Amino acid sequence: MIRPDAPVLLEISDLHARVEEQPILKGVNLTIRAGEIHAVMGRNGSGKSTLSKVLAGHPAYTVTAGSVSYLGSDLLELTPEQRSRLGLFLGFQYPVEIPGVSNLEFLRVSTNARRAQRGEEELDTFAFEDLVRERLKVVQMDPAFLERSVNEGFSGGEKKRNEILQMALLEPLVAILDETDSGLDIDALRIVADGVNQLAGPENATLLITHYQRLLDLITPDYVHVMAAGRILRTGGKELALELERTGYEWVDQELASLGQEPAEVL
Amino acid sequence: MPNTADWLTQLAGAPLPGRSQEEWRFTGLAALEALAPELWSGVDPFAQLSLPAGFSRIGADEAQGLQQQVLKATGGSDAWSVRLNQGASPRCLALRVAGAADPLQLHFDAGAEPGLRALQLVLVLEEGASLELLIQHGSSGPNATSLVAVAQLGRGAQLNLGLLAPGDARASLLSHLSISQAPASSLQLTTAVGGWALSRLEPCISQLEGAAHTRLRALQLVDGQELADTHSQVRFEGPDGQLDQLHKVVADGAGRSVFNGAVRVPRSAQQTNAAQLSRSLLLSDRARVDTKPELEIVADDVKCAHGATISRLQQNELFYLQSRGIGAEQASRLLLRGYCEEVLRELPAAAAALNPLKLLLREHP
Repeated sequence: MIRPDAPVLLEISDLHARVEEQPILKGVNLTIRAGEIHAVMGRNGSGKSTLSKVLAGHPAYTVTAGSVSYLGSDLLELTPEQRSRLGLFLGFQYPVEIPGVSNLEFLRVSTNARRAQRGEEELDTFAFEDLVRERLKVVQMDPAFLERSVNEGFSGGEKKRNEILQMALLEPLVAILDETDSGLDIDALRIVADGVNQLAGPENATLLITHYQRLLDLITPDYVHVMAAGRILRTGGKELALELERTGYEWVDQELASLGQEPAEVL
Repeated sequence: MPNTADWLTQLAGAPLPGRSQEEWRFTGLAALEALAPELWSGVDPFAQLSLPAGFSRIGADEAQGLQQQVLKATGGSDAWSVRLNQGASPRCLALRVAGAADPLQLHFDAGAEPGLRALQLVLVLEEGASLELLIQHGSSGPNATSLVAVAQLGRGAQLNLGLLAPGDARASLLSHLSISQAPASSLQLTTAVGGWALSRLEPCISQLEGAAHTRLRALQLVDGQELADTHSQVRFEGPDGQLDQLHKVVADGAGRSVFNGAVRVPRSAQQTNAAQLSRSLLLSDRARVDTKPELEIVADDVKCAHGATISRLQQNELFYLQSRGIGAEQASRLLLRGYCEEVLRELPAAAAALNPLKLLLREHP
C-alpha cells in the first residue's frame, strides 16, 4: 500500500559495505515507508543478501560509507539485538540450527526482549504458551516443533515457517525476508506467503529479497528493485518483476557495461 | 604428619604416577598432594541405606571376588586409582539386581571435612535385569573421594548409570568405573563432572563376547585452575559389538581438560561398529584441552569412526540469537546451556529434579 504521507521507517543512503576485503555494496539507496512491500531482485552475487545482513548487523560485514536511518535514528550504531528489539526483523535464508536450546524457550526469551523494549510486561511460561499457540496458526505449524531444539532436524519448509512464526511473535516494523522462498515446495510457499500477508499492515513494511517471480505471485509488492553490482539499478512496480521473468537478467549486463562496470563476483 | 605423597604411595602400594607414564602424562596430582594425609572417619554411608524393590545385598567375600573378576576383565586391576582405593579402607556396597529394579539414587557428599574417603560399589545385574542408577558426588572442602564401581551385566541386562559430580575447587574426585557386559546387554553411562580441583574418571568397559551395546555420554567442565581428566577404554572381546561415545568439554579460565578415549578391537571382534566423538568448547585463551582418540583395531571387517573438534562458541549461532533481540551475553549463556544439555538430558530421570545444569555451571541467579 503506497501512501506518500506515510512515515518513513527505513532510509538507506549511498550504502557501501564489504566482507573481508571484498566490496559488495556500492552505493545502495532505498526508502521504505510504513505500509509498503518492497521486493529486491537480482542474481547471485548482486549484493541483495549482503544488504539484508548489513541491515541486521551481521559482524562479518563492514560498512565503509553511507548511512541507514531507522525510525529516525542511526541504525548502524545499534547492536543486532537492539535492532531486533526496535522492530527490525531478518528472516534468514538459512535459519541456524541450535542443538540443546529449546525452541519454545528461545521464542519466549526473544519475544520478551522485544516486549520489554516496547514497555510491555514480560510473559511467563504459561502466558507465553497461550500466545505462541495462537500465533502458530499464522503458519499452520505443528506445536510439536516448540518442544524441539531450535531448527534442529527441521525440514527446509519447517525452518521457514519457524522464521515466520518468530516474525508473528516479534511484530516487527520492518521485516526483511531473505530468500524466504528458496527450498520451498509450492504448498509450503503458499503457507509462508499467507503468513507474511497476514502480518503485513499499514503500520509496518516488508522487504522481500528473492530470485524468482513465484513468491511475488503470492505477495504483491508495491515496489520492485533490481540489484546488480552492489546497487539498485532499476526500480518499478510489480510489472518490473513480470518483465524480468520474461526477459531475464541479460539487460542488466548490458546496462552495467554501458556504465563501465563488471557484475560483482558470485560469492 | 607424614608427607602426603609418601602417604598416598603407601596406601596404593605404588608410587604416585608421574608425567613419564602415558596414562597420567597431562594429569598432575598436585591437588591430591595438597590434602591432609588422613583417612576420612565418618559413618559408613551404606549402613543405613534402605533399598528399593528388586535389590539384594551381596556378602563381603563374594563382593571382593566379583570386583576382582570384573577388574580383571576390563584391565582395571592395576590402575593406580584402583590400588589407592583398595588401600584406603574402602566402604563397600554390593548389590544384586534381578528383574526390573526400581531406580536407585546414591548421594556421596564429602562435605567440608578433610581427608580421603574411599567407596566401593559392586553391582551384579542378572540375566535380563534392568536398573537405572544415579550416583551423585559432591564436596565443599579440601578432601578427596575415591570411588571404584564395578558392574557385571548378564545376558540381556540393561544398566542406565549416571554420575553427576559438581565439585569444589579444593576437592578431588577419582572415579574408576569398570563394567563387563555379556552379549545382548546394554549399557548407558552418562557422566557430568565439573568444578573439582582434580577429577579423574576412568570408565573401563569390556564386552566379554561382543554383541552388546555401549553408549557413553560425558560432559566435563573446567574453570579457574581446575583439571579434569577422563580416560575411557572400551574393549570388544567378540564380534558384533556396538559403541556410541560422545565426550564434551567446556574449558574456561585457566582450566585444563584431558580426554583419552581408547577403543580396542582385536581380531575376534569382527563386525564391531564403534563411533567416538570428542567435542571441546574453549571459552578462554588460558584454558587448555588435550584430547586423544586411541584406536587399536586388529579386526578387518569393522566400522570405527572417530572425530575431535575444538572450537569457540559458533559465530553464526550467536548472531542468530542476537538478531532475535537476545543480548550477546545471554545468547552465549543459552548456547552454553544448550551445549551441556545435550549430555545432561541423558542422565537418569532422577537427575532432572537436581537441576544438573545449575549445579555444574555454578550460575548466579
